[in-house]
Amino acid sequence: MTIPRSRNPSQGTSRLRLGVFKFASCDGCQLSVLNLEDDLLALGSAVDIAYFPEASSDMKGGPYDIALVEGSITMPEDAARILAVREQTTTLITIGACATAGGIQALRNWADVDAFKQAVYPSPQYIQSLSTSTPISDHVRVDFELWGCPIDKGQLLRVITDLVAGVQPRLPADSVCLECKRRGNVCVIVAHGMPCMGPVTRTGCGAICPSMGRDCYGCFGPVEGPASTLGHPPNTQSLARQFHEGLGLIPIEVLRRFRGITGAMESFKRESDAWEKKT
Amino acid sequence: MGKEDVKGKKSSLPEKGKRTRTIAIGAIARVEGEGALRVTVKDGEVRDVELRIFEPPRYFEAFLVGRHFTEVPDIVARICGICPVAYQMSAVHALEQAFGIRVPGPIRDLRRLIYCAEWIESHALHVYMLHAPDFLGYDGAIDMAKDHRDAVARGLRLKKAGNRLLAFLGGRSVHPVSVKVGGFSRVPTRHELQGLTDELLWARDAAIETVQWVAGFEKPEFRQDYTFAALAPEDEYPFNEGPIRSSRGLHIEACDFEHHFTESQVPYSTALHSTLNGESYLAGPAARLHLNASRLSPLAKHAWEETRLGLTILNPFNTIVARSVEILFALEEALRVIQAYEMPRSPSVSVTPRAGVGMACTEAPRGMLYHRYAVDEQGTIREAKIIPPTSQNQRRIEDDLRAFVPQVLSLSTKKAALACERLIRCYDPCISCATHFLRLEVCEAAT
Repeated sequence: MTIPRSRNPSQGTSRLRLGVFKFASCDGCQLSVLNLEDDLLALGSAVDIAYFPEASSDMKGGPYDIALVEGSITMPEDAARILAVREQTTTLITIGACATAGGIQALRNWADVDAFKQAVYPSPQYIQSLSTSTPISDHVRVDFELWGCPIDKGQLLRVITDLVAGVQPRLPADSVCLECKRRGNVCVIVAHGMPCMGPVTRTGCGAICPSMGRDCYGCFGPVEGPASTLGHPPNTQSLARQFHEGLGLIPIEVLRRFRGITGAMESFKRESDAWEKKT
Repeated sequence: MGKEDVKGKKSSLPEKGKRTRTIAIGAIARVEGEGALRVTVKDGEVRDVELRIFEPPRYFEAFLVGRHFTEVPDIVARICGICPVAYQMSAVHALEQAFGIRVPGPIRDLRRLIYCAEWIESHALHVYMLHAPDFLGYDGAIDMAKDHRDAVARGLRLKKAGNRLLAFLGGRSVHPVSVKVGGFSRVPTRHELQGLTDELLWARDAAIETVQWVAGFEKPEFRQDYTFAALAPEDEYPFNEGPIRSSRGLHIEACDFEHHFTESQVPYSTALHSTLNGESYLAGPAARLHLNASRLSPLAKHAWEETRLGLTILNPFNTIVARSVEILFALEEALRVIQAYEMPRSPSVSVTPRAGVGMACTEAPRGMLYHRYAVDEQGTIREAKIIPPTSQNQRRIEDDLRAFVPQVLSLSTKKAALACERLIRCYDPCISCATHFLRLEVCEAAT
């Protein structure tokens, strides 16, 4: 990835210029920036927040050293806009499941969008919408991905801090299971027979769901880091079989587990498609 | 760079003739989601007001069909990162109505508590970070902090107190994970909850200061004769339940919502607008306060009366005060629930699905949020309908602008646009909530 270099103070500013851009999304990942609370004002001093419409009316043009991109591409003009963002950006970071994996709205990828339009709008002819919801990486080069629905604000702060320091950011990419073990959680699959997606899902949330007494639903996406990463590739087949044979889920229920917030990611998609044939 | 700039919007259009003037805001800042405004004036009269929404449609109501009812709270939360609890609450209440179940007292109280947390974080976000900069003359809160560091720090800590309570009950503050049909996946012990008390007591004091602070802001003179609509139960300030009332005498149950409130797609804008018996109405903090002021908690009631604003709430620029009074109320209510809390025997009641239809309306931070689901005997969703508050207020915002624009016409186009943008922000419009909204066509105004 390209790490932005600190600017020459003689050019008027030595701070990195940050832009926050939104595509199809719920705003929750941008909100994670504002939710930095204790660190927000420090962040505002460390970087120049040049473009962040949700937080400031002062919308400055590019170029940007860092772009945080929220949301997926679902409209023809957004497919053009992301090219413009990329052109003006040194380090482009996707924030969250929509930008990184297509998001929950990628459920349309299995459906007839015209039928969707007719279900929601009285006059569907007015709506310009692509038939798919796709991650940013389908359209432009992405330098770094932050996973999660929403992202973890600690991870966000970590990555920005690394970039400000000129360091290549790294985040853990092992499965939620490992985090559960570290937290001392009782396994909800083994103890309660819940269809937990933790074994095939990327860590980063802090194993919130099992800690709250329920099954993980895969919002940080499949464990698909470098091949050296633990749990790679995610053994979705084995987990799906366990859901079906061990926990008694019927095929449509297995399908739904894999076809969720990050269901458009290849390994989850392959699994849900395989179970669709059995329904 | 190609035709599209990074904002992706054509920020203004050429003025059409000598007497025609277009006031355009390319992208409304400090709102959740993306929208723009276009006002066309001819011969001193407002010809057209369009609140244009750029937010791409995401089709929640369509892809909910075929999902299992147990998945609904996790899915609908994703409509809005600022008020996910509201979506979860309306969903679980509607589904519980369809299945004919009621949750016991302690779970009901915890639902009020988690809603308090969301009101605190969402309202504090709006009051301090999105709205106050308008009154004090800044582009945003980070900018404002240079001169008003203490106030911004207070706002951030207040917001954090809400987020902390929310994360404590829900696992995380954005898209909490513990809410389910029938209750929660986990409930706290009494001891755990009491650990939050000190920070909430600090926040309660900060909320009193907030009310005084925002009541002192200078506000433009502007009054409208609103129809207020909100939940208004007999014996408490509303969150999850109660009949829907209006200031013009409406009194209905949530299940009759669609008989009185109608969504329509207007040709010029292609966005769904909601109307009450054909007219615009106001939902949100000002409406709730107007219809429920007598049911406020003691300190909130006192703080509200101290402002001596009373019916001047009819000035939309005073909604920042209403929102701040509600922060104070939510903190008092949270402390009350924590004080009285007894851990329920089970975190949720068992749920057996049955075929049927359920409707519910709860009070999202921005106003009434209505959900209706049709479910089959396996618990699979067969139909979903969601009417978010910003969709309900959209027509009202346009009506306000139509009345407001003449008084800013003497200003430069840039200043007039800024004044209009400030009026829109009074509504705390959450465009991401707009499950139905879509990009509007740019209509060429007739000259």
